[in-house]
Amino acid sequence: MTDNRRDSSFTFTIDGVEIKAYAGQTIMEAADAAGVYIPRLCDHQGLRHQGSCRVCTVKAGGRSVSACTQPAAPGQGVENETPHLTKMRRDLVEMLFHEGNHLCPICEASGNCELQAMAYRLDMTDATKFPYLEPCRPLDASHPDIALDTNRCISCGRCIRASQDVDGKGVFGYVGRGIHRRVAVNGDKLADTNAEVTDHAISREVCPVGCIIRKRVGFVTPIGEREFDKGLIGHEIEERRT
Amino acid sequence: MIENSNQIGSDSPVVSSRGAEDIAAICNKYGNDKHRMLDILIEVQDRWRCISPASMDVIASQTDLTRIEVEGVASFYSFLSLTPKGRVTIRLCDDIVDRFCGLEEVATAFEEVLGIKMGQTSNDGAFSLEYTPCIGMCDQAPAAMVNDIVLTRLTPDKARAAAHDLKSGQRPESLISDRFGSFSAHQQALRMVDNNIRHAGEVLLGPVPNDAGLANAVGITPTQIVNTVEDSQLRGCGGAGFTAGRKWRFAASDPAEKHFVLCNADEGEPGTFKDRVLLTERPHLLIEGMTICARAIGAQQGILYLRGEYVYLRDLLEQVLDDRRRRGLLGTDIMGVKRFNFDIRIQMGAGAYVCGEEGALISSCEGLPGEPKTRPPFPVNRGYLGYPTVVNNVETFCHAARILDRGADWFRAMGAEGSHGTKLFSVCGDCLNPGIYELPYGHTVWELLEMVSGQDAAAVQVGGPSGTMIARDSFHRRLTFDDLATGGAIIVFNGQRNILEIVEYYMSFFVHESCGYCTPCRVGNVFLQKAIQKFRQGLANPEDIEYLKDLSGTIIETSRCGLGMTSPNPILSTLQNFPLVYSTMTKPSKNRIRDTFDIQSAIDGARKIAKRRSHIFDRDFTQ
Amino acid sequence: MTEPAPPELPRARIATASLAGCFGCHMAILDIDERLIELMNLVDVDRSPLTDKKRFTQRCDIGIIEGGCCNEENVHVLHDFRRNCDVLIALGQCAIMGGLPAMRNAIMHSDAPLRECLVEAYISGPYIRNTTHNIPNDPALPLLLDEVYPCSQVVEIDYQIPGCAPSGDIIFDTLGALLSGRFRGFERDMIRFD
Repeated sequence: MTDNRRDSSFTFTIDGVEIKAYAGQTIMEAADAAGVYIPRLCDHQGLRHQGSCRVCTVKAGGRSVSACTQPAAPGQGVENETPHLTKMRRDLVEMLFHEGNHLCPICEASGNCELQAMAYRLDMTDATKFPYLEPCRPLDASHPDIALDTNRCISCGRCIRASQDVDGKGVFGYVGRGIHRRVAVNGDKLADTNAEVTDHAISREVCPVGCIIRKRVGFVTPIGEREFDKGLIGHEIEERRT
Repeated sequence: MIENSNQIGSDSPVVSSRGAEDIAAICNKYGNDKHRMLDILIEVQDRWRCISPASMDVIASQTDLTRIEVEGVASFYSFLSLTPKGRVTIRLCDDIVDRFCGLEEVATAFEEVLGIKMGQTSNDGAFSLEYTPCIGMCDQAPAAMVNDIVLTRLTPDKARAAAHDLKSGQRPESLISDRFGSFSAHQQALRMVDNNIRHAGEVLLGPVPNDAGLANAVGITPTQIVNTVEDSQLRGCGGAGFTAGRKWRFAASDPAEKHFVLCNADEGEPGTFKDRVLLTERPHLLIEGMTICARAIGAQQGILYLRGEYVYLRDLLEQVLDDRRRRGLLGTDIMGVKRFNFDIRIQMGAGAYVCGEEGALISSCEGLPGEPKTRPPFPVNRGYLGYPTVVNNVETFCHAARILDRGADWFRAMGAEGSHGTKLFSVCGDCLNPGIYELPYGHTVWELLEMVSGQDAAAVQVGGPSGTMIARDSFHRRLTFDDLATGGAIIVFNGQRNILEIVEYYMSFFVHESCGYCTPCRVGNVFLQKAIQKFRQGLANPEDIEYLKDLSGTIIETSRCGLGMTSPNPILSTLQNFPLVYSTMTKPSKNRIRDTFDIQSAIDGARKIAKRRSHIFDRDFTQ
Repeated sequence: MTEPAPPELPRARIATASLAGCFGCHMAILDIDERLIELMNLVDVDRSPLTDKKRFTQRCDIGIIEGGCCNEENVHVLHDFRRNCDVLIALGQCAIMGGLPAMRNAIMHSDAPLRECLVEAYISGPYIRNTTHNIPNDPALPLLLDEVYPCSQVVEIDYQIPGCAPSGDIIFDTLGALLSGRFRGFERDMIRFD
């Protein structure tokens, strides 16, 4: 298998930089390995690719595609960090902010939040043109060790895939359609499910925002000393670049 | 929840062992197959008028899924409900054409007689009254579905009479005729819905011999079938226009052990009703086309995905399938050809426009929410259940059958360069002769307007909301894939119509029908809808025109499927072709203070609570 | 770091106001520390809680707004600032997106959300000890708005300085850059929403 893959390696470019890829690899997988960061929210290491947040939209061969699902193609020119794409991504991130109720100053995830960090990276600092939708969403604190504040959910579905594929549980799922589509739990409330605080789906790395909250550990790391207070989102990938 | 459903009737799915047994029996009927989830849920919905958490638990355990997975499907489709609906559910078609034909008065008539408002269910559980997007009856609007029965050309009087009859206990079908049950399925359909065939063309609606194409197809090799369809340059008639022959070739050349043929009869684009007429008048031709495709790509199973709104055609189509099985045109050794085995099942939809998208249609057939699939892989390689699948529109399959009968050259000679053959146009709106016109590609919009007696048109929506709205200065343009592409919908608007009202309606349609999978379509369309409302209220600034273009661009460029890639079209095409409609509704803000913020309405609630007027914003607060 | 503006520039006139905020952003202005002296060499402060001037004495170059709009007086002040300032800056998350006060926009479930909010806050809330059982209603109290509005929904906002509260550095750098006409956006590592 490994040998086959090596045989079938090829190169393509991202913003002019030559990237090595293997047949079947997505643009993002190849980029990650090469130390080129493509912004993303719904995609996460070790989980199935979903391609729903669209923040990883790149131009490949002139067409807009999601880098997390699009296979890399030999010789193809991919655009990633152009002003145009950055603007699109900023719009998408801003849409996610406005779709839910994201109050960074009171959120336990602030500083660890990928949505917030993405806004920093994409310079989301201009006065907004978008309306705030201010939905009325439930808070579920029924579980002894876990709370859900769905006001902050961005429908990335990482918890759904982590619970299904890694934990083998299926605690979460999508319900509804359109703007009413949201992540819900397998039961009337979280306490009815077999969710445990040790689940991968509940771990800090899976929920990119402050929706899934582990009780009694909030603010252990003070604001100002958290992951994205120390470095821009994506810096770990960019540091791989040789 | 479970207790509540008791109020509705004696046969509610209580947790009693009998209720659970009945639901389990329904699951059993579908082999407890999770891929038949939509069928199971539709049956549970029909019987208990809701899908309660308790019934979802039973279904989940029968099909080896989690309840949240069942709920994900049940909560996706408009015709399924997690809360109890009335024994009779009246769904008024809320298309813009219906609105212009007096929908509001009809709705009021229903509300008055039934004593409930739109969107409500009566306390005794007898009636639900709701709006639903286009049900494909725009040539005979306003129209409504009463359970599985379709009422057309409604007036307030007709609505009142129907509501009274229903209230007095009459069954919905007796609204059509007391002898409804004694009619053939075809007669039943025609009693409810007129075909309105105004112009029959040479290919589909003129005289068509029985199974001549299939007879030719069994005499040649699968490869020759594909070649013939490819040579004809037939393109998909659902709107996207992908070359049918190429699709068949891709699927045929995939060495997978199974292949599938899916027919897209989920005609949901507002203003489109051509497939309705083909399904009524040419069902054999359609099944013939699917059967030919099956032979071409080596499929043994097919699915006819029928939109929930066309449920009144289900019996007719089931009878056609039965008839063809009896005559050896479906089943094993079709037409006596050894190992040519193929059969078709009907998959009912349940109210979701997005299922007209190829991948979403496949998802729906697989018992999943109707969400488009990630491409690549493409359905021709990995479609239904992961096998190579051809999905074509009803009209495309009908054309294919005729091409196999008369030959590729015959077909290719008709129409225009790049757009060969004929096309069914479903024309509705402000014209004297709405209905179906089968015409070769290449006619101008003017020529069509003359045929339909719609010369007063001020605007024509070509291809429905996801198409283009053009003004009189573009009526010389041609109806071809390369100029004005359309899946068939032609909606005529006269000079009295408010363009922005139409645009707002179309945006609300897309908001309602977005599956919600990807951010730009889910959220962006809501923003567009709100922005258009601002224009209609006269609160927009000149900069908002740029905002509309900019946001539309983002949605088109980043959306995952065709729905989001076309949903801003109503705005973009009217901005381009009717710019004055927008610019006359804008005014620059005074002193850079926003007009959209209305201080009077913002403090109104507080005024009432405090029982005093504003010292700042009310001129005379002594009153 | 931004260079201080060259001294030959004419002195600019600035004004500040705190609307529905906690005054934390004004305190953050003081976090500029000793550079305040530098800043004061460049600007004159007109209407502002820092000068205790209640009215504009003349048109200003820059108006700095802390907090969103939760009552009619906030709207009135914001309108006044928009009319009297060439450039308006929203300082901090409350001014930018409503902030903490805007939490009340989303936690309401009844047909009369404002009444629900007041009843919860003054009468029925589990931690309320209000022996009068009245909602405060002195005639001098400004009427509340139905929702809390970010400044950009009430007037056009030219620049936003993020943070809760923004750091002294980002305030100083941004003001310095704006005064010298050299503002080109923020240094990425300075952008914080908390």
